[in-house]
Amino acid sequence: MASLVIAEHDNSKLGEATAKTVTAAMQVSAPVHVLVAGSDCAGVANAAAKLAGVEKVLIADAPPYTRMLAEPMEALIVSLAPAYDAILAPATTNGKNYLPRVAAKLDVPQISEITKVVSPDTFERPIYAGNAIATVQAADGKKIITVRTTAFAAAAADGNAPIEKIDATADSGASRFVGEELSRSERPELTAAKIIVSGGRGMQSGENFKLLENLADKLHAAVGASRAAVDAGFVPNDYQVGQTGKVVAPQLYIAFGISGAIQHLAGMKDSKIIVAINKDEDAPIFQIADYALVADLFQAIPEMEAELTKLGY
Amino acid sequence: MKVIVPVKRVIDFNVKVRVKADGSGVDLANVKMSMNPFDEIAVEEAVRLKEKGKATEVVAVSIGPQQAAETIRTALALGADRGIHVKADGEVEPLAVAKILKGICEAEEPGLVIMGKQAIDDDSNQTGQMLAALLAWPQGTFAHKVEIGDGQAQIEREIDGGLQTVEIKLPAVITTDLRLNEPRYASLPNIMKAKKKNIDQKTPADYGIDITPRLKVLKVTEPAKRQAGAKLKTMAELVGKLREAGAL
Ligand SMILES: Cc1cc2nc3c(=O)[nH]c(=O)nc-3n(C[C@H](O)[C@H](O)[C@H](O)COP(=O)(O)OP(=O)(O)OC[C@H]3O[C@@H](n4cnc5c(N)ncnc54)[C@H](O)[C@@H]3O)c2cc1C
Ligand SMILES: Nc1ncnc2c1ncn2[C@@H]1O[C@H](COP(=O)(O)O)[C@@H](O)[C@H]1O
Repeated sequence: MASLVIAEHDNSKLGEATAKTVTAAMQVSAPVHVLVAGSDCAGVANAAAKLAGVEKVLIADAPPYTRMLAEPMEALIVSLAPAYDAILAPATTNGKNYLPRVAAKLDVPQISEITKVVSPDTFERPIYAGNAIATVQAADGKKIITVRTTAFAAAAADGNAPIEKIDATADSGASRFVGEELSRSERPELTAAKIIVSGGRGMQSGENFKLLENLADKLHAAVGASRAAVDAGFVPNDYQVGQTGKVVAPQLYIAFGISGAIQHLAGMKDSKIIVAINKDEDAPIFQIADYALVADLFQAIPEMEAELTKLGY
Repeated sequence: MKVIVPVKRVIDFNVKVRVKADGSGVDLANVKMSMNPFDEIAVEEAVRLKEKGKATEVVAVSIGPQQAAETIRTALALGADRGIHVKADGEVEPLAVAKILKGICEAEEPGLVIMGKQAIDDDSNQTGQMLAALLAWPQGTFAHKVEIGDGQAQIEREIDGGLQTVEIKLPAVITTDLRLNEPRYASLPNIMKAKKKNIDQKTPADYGIDITPRLKVLKVTEPAKRQAGAKLKTMAELVGKLREAGAL
């Protein structure tokens, strides 16, 4: 049988998380079908149809799916489940919201945030904030999986799968979208950025984060933060990198004024190169940094900008 | 309105976790255990609802070994009214926990269940959503702000792009995120008072639930270690190194 991947999108753009989840799905159970649930989302279905390895795209285009609320998503995915032996979603806040409902309805466990497919029924997943890696084997029955997308390469975009319209399932109306407040930015998304500059409590204020934003713009980087910086209100919640925030793995992660608590490391220690700038030479983050600079960040940020300018940035 | 708050006993968030040499799991012998931090936030939210007159009773539930009763005791000291301890040794998977909680909800008929978004040991982030599905209730996960109305609740949720507000009909399941509130500390008089509060003893069998794990843990290993790299003296040196490494 096949796997079903639930697409991550905002009705206009297909998230890169989907292409990565397709890669994981190919290793679990090929062929792969992709479900695009949303409204006015034909463009998203077209993009999904191009993903290499995808045999078919299902599109459910109806108002209940506009915001991917968990309750209508559950009903839709459960109705499609009989045809699949694995159902995968990226471990985004959407996937984490609806997929456990599907697992419960199908009476199977969910395997959360896999980082490796060892064999079609055996997976690796981090536990205890990434301080341990569990290898788990699923018994027979359907596999319901969320995928940590930083651990998988994106499927190529050279395919051409057919798109099939499917009907919406009934919506109980128990849950209703009221509004949202998105932190819009021209910068790349945290989970997709090649470079991330990140600030912690050491930044001292939201005002000071502008310094980091300027640096980020020079580098075409995204801006991240520790929980302490978010809790203090310096930056919005969606900047948080860590065990209970976003997991990132850019080419370059530069941490300013972050101590390196395990909960923070859990979200960034798979970055290719880690740079830490901290005025405390004993800061734990130095134990995992490739390059360490003991310095006051308020001096270091302008110095870095000046050095980058010299290089033509 | 009765509120149920499931609380899990987990390794304290400050403890350095050690993987056992034989690959069978992590070493929990003699390490500090605490209430899962997200569950403290859940207890706090429920107690505040009671203080505001929106909730009438707060019931703390834990599924776990004998010592899970201590976690319930902590919830009672923070303001929960009574406890239910479902005694179970060994790993109880989220699906089994959700099934037991469903049984408790059927018996207790709460208007709301508030629980953590994630247990910091298994990092599953699924029990609340599973419970909601089993009960066919709506859910408000990753809650940043909770506003209880008449037969419904408005939940502001922490999502990847920022914040989202949904309105859900009650009864419902809410899971907490970090910014929902700042949990209080238990005062000494409240710790004393908590000793007199009632904890019901139950077993999974009382709810007809088989807790045999459905996933087999083949092994638990240490992640690849990162080595500390070079300590540099100046920013010019740092940028030069990054240039050499091809990162810039
Ligand atoms: C349940 C739970 C979940 C959590 N989830 C997350 C998570 O997902 N992500 C996360 O990040 N944290 C998380 N945490 C919090 C984590 O434990 C730490 O508290 C947090 O990461 C600390 O943030 P910080 O490093 O910015 O602050 P601090 O630990 O206070 O460190 C600030 C650092 O800045 C340095 N500094 C100060 N001033 C300057 C200066 N002028 N120049 C240079 N350096 C300076 C200091 O030397 C210090 O090292 C979680 C905690 C719990 C309990
Ligand atoms: N054994 C348990 N006893 C009580 N509550 C639990 C238990 N396991 C999980 N929970 C609840 O479910 C939430 C999410 O856990 P998890 O899905 O395992 O990440 C926790 O924050 C608790 O509120």
